Amino acid sequence: MTTSTSEPIVFTGDPYNEEHLLNPYPFLASLQEAGSVSWLESEQTYAITGYDEVYEVLTDFETFVSSGGLGPRDIRKDDGWRPPSILESDPPIHTLMRRALTGVINPGTVRALRKDFTAPAVSLVEALVQRNTFDAITDLAEKYPIEVFPDAVGIPQEGREHLLPYGNMVFNAFGPENYIYHQAFAEGDEHARVVMNACKRESLTDSGFGAGIWAKVGEGLITEEQATLLVRALLSAGVDTTIFGIGNTLSVLARHPEAWERLRKEPSLAKFAIDEALRLESPFQKFHRTTTVDTELGGVGIPAGSKVQVFIGAANRDPKKWGADANEFSLERTSSGHVAFGMGLHQCVGQPIARMEMEIVLQQLLEKVVSIELVGEPKPILHNVLRGFESMPVRITTQR
Amino acid sequence: MTPQTGRLGAAVDTVKPVASGAGLLDVVVDAAEHVADQVVSLVLRRIDGESFPEWAPGAHIDVHLGDGLTRQYSLCSDLNDREVLRIGVLRVPDSRGGSEAVHEKLVAGTPLTISAPRNNFPMIDSRKYLFIAGGIGITPIIPMIEAAEAAGREWRLVYGGRSRHSMAFAQSLEDAYGSTKVNLYPEDEVGRLDLNAILGMPRAHMLVYACGPGGMLGAIEDLCMGWPPGALHLERFSADTLGAGSVSAPFEVELAKAGRIVTVQTNESILDAVEKVGVRILSSCRAGLCGTCETNILSGTPEHRDAVLTEADKDANEVMLVCVSRAAAGCDRLVLDL
Repeated sequence: MTTSTSEPIVFTGDPYNEEHLLNPYPFLASLQEAGSVSWLESEQTYAITGYDEVYEVLTDFETFVSSGGLGPRDIRKDDGWRPPSILESDPPIHTLMRRALTGVINPGTVRALRKDFTAPAVSLVEALVQRNTFDAITDLAEKYPIEVFPDAVGIPQEGREHLLPYGNMVFNAFGPENYIYHQAFAEGDEHARVVMNACKRESLTDSGFGAGIWAKVGEGLITEEQATLLVRALLSAGVDTTIFGIGNTLSVLARHPEAWERLRKEPSLAKFAIDEALRLESPFQKFHRTTTVDTELGGVGIPAGSKVQVFIGAANRDPKKWGADANEFSLERTSSGHVAFGMGLHQCVGQPIARMEMEIVLQQLLEKVVSIELVGEPKPILHNVLRGFESMPVRITTQR
Repeated sequence: MTPQTGRLGAAVDTVKPVASGAGLLDVVVDAAEHVADQVVSLVLRRIDGESFPEWAPGAHIDVHLGDGLTRQYSLCSDLNDREVLRIGVLRVPDSRGGSEAVHEKLVAGTPLTISAPRNNFPMIDSRKYLFIAGGIGITPIIPMIEAAEAAGREWRLVYGGRSRHSMAFAQSLEDAYGSTKVNLYPEDEVGRLDLNAILGMPRAHMLVYACGPGGMLGAIEDLCMGWPPGALHLERFSADTLGAGSVSAPFEVELAKAGRIVTVQTNESILDAVEKVGVRILSSCRAGLCGTCETNILSGTPEHRDAVLTEADKDANEVMLVCVSRAAAGCDRLVLDL
């Protein structure tokens, strides 16, 4: 900690205007250039863009708490739109919920699902390679997680069409209540009702992650309400993000034929490629924390009770951390340490599931697809906090 | 569920021929002293009068006890005093004789062969530490406390045992650092450690280092699932997760794709050795917990030390986590799909 703190640079650009949402990186670079910590006039929050500073916010969960909500509003002062999730809680409440979740979702339990997760990827990719062109988002990235993940949680078939709209609501609410937010919430009550219903004990299969979470109620670790909220957390956080993870990875690789060629020769590098793509095109771009005390970050004094907004997409491209070529994709880079899955206490519990899904899809493609290229520019999705594409036409060549 | 190497008082008994030469040191017992019920402290000095190699908190040595018996004990001496090494040994009645041999045979003046210090329980720099020790598990914690204190880090020790008489070094620690930092829990006076209360509220930038009996460590692991990933570092000292032969010996790893053969020394993991020659493996926790470094085995038998693979996967021996798992005793070479 330094002893002298200064006032933050006031930054007048708006991260939520359409241009910046659709093409975030030039904006993020100028925001980062203004300072690792600056004051965002449009949002009346502090903007945290430096890797070290974002890392500090994420790991110092006592100074930068989550119970104020991940959006711009302090949900402790004015009721949020739904009961707070595990993401919006602090120890010791968070602690019990996290223990329950980690007990159910961990590398061991996830690994056991590999076979179940592989078969649908095989048939999906086999069908796609019959065609010369397809849409890597609508024909692949959006299809796969929605096929495997709800089964792994164990929710009913009926009502699954509400998962994507619900996830869209949850994540958009981490940004301001603009027209994008209101569009996402247009039929919000219905989506929320169906999803909450799917989280009930009686709705779930006996063997999925959902049932595992409910078993923690029997062990006395969590309450029934918390079990419902944890299953809800899986459903809201586990689908969109993985879809974007797959889509974003392919968007990067489609621009790097030399990397594709190398990955086909060395498929063990697929894990590196995914990590590097997630660093470069992080699906979850920004969210908020709230300070509990007067503090100092990156030389800037921040008073207690402030909302700070972390820009994951900026931290993961911070040249101070990643070097002058931070904006470039490189299979040679060691991208571990990126914060695409967060870091520390609230680090994504579903990370092993997401990684496995991405890896399985990529491996299937690498096996069967000799080359992949963009037919047109991918169409980015207009979303307050997620970065991804709604369409990405690609052309492939196969061995046949 | 964390895989750990056996160590300390009730450590793994390993019967294997004592190879003299590389890495072994001839020492003499300088002093043997009873420091608690059933606990003897041994101070060792090199016969050739040289200093011991540098070591870091969490390090241990192999002690060769004759008749092919090798046991591992954590170092609990002053880090800055390289003239001597100190270990603390609990006598365990049902052990295969390692600790009994130490207690019965080793008196001042006894010559002994030991390995150079090695470290499987390294202390990572952090702003705050919570140390939790159960019984003889205090030994690796002592140098950690010294290092934390010297670096001006915030720390607290919670140390439980059956009674004050059984808790080695308890009084000297309390005298040195005070009862605010050193919290002693003799069970016969205050009951068992209340781990729920101790670990129920995770702290930011705090690492937890724990060493003690398996039951206690199991409870700590469970509670620490509510802490940030990677906050907990622990070391078991019972052989419950390990079989004989787990004392590391160097072995070779053939990298089939890279066309190279790498020797894995006793003080490094396969991952370390492979990375050293420039072959990349994606890894994350490097502690057998996350599964990232899973690697296909083409031939050879591994000794699995991870917490990710199912029992069936472990038996199949088709994959291994190269951050912690090694070649099984008797397997000189693993061929990996790298």
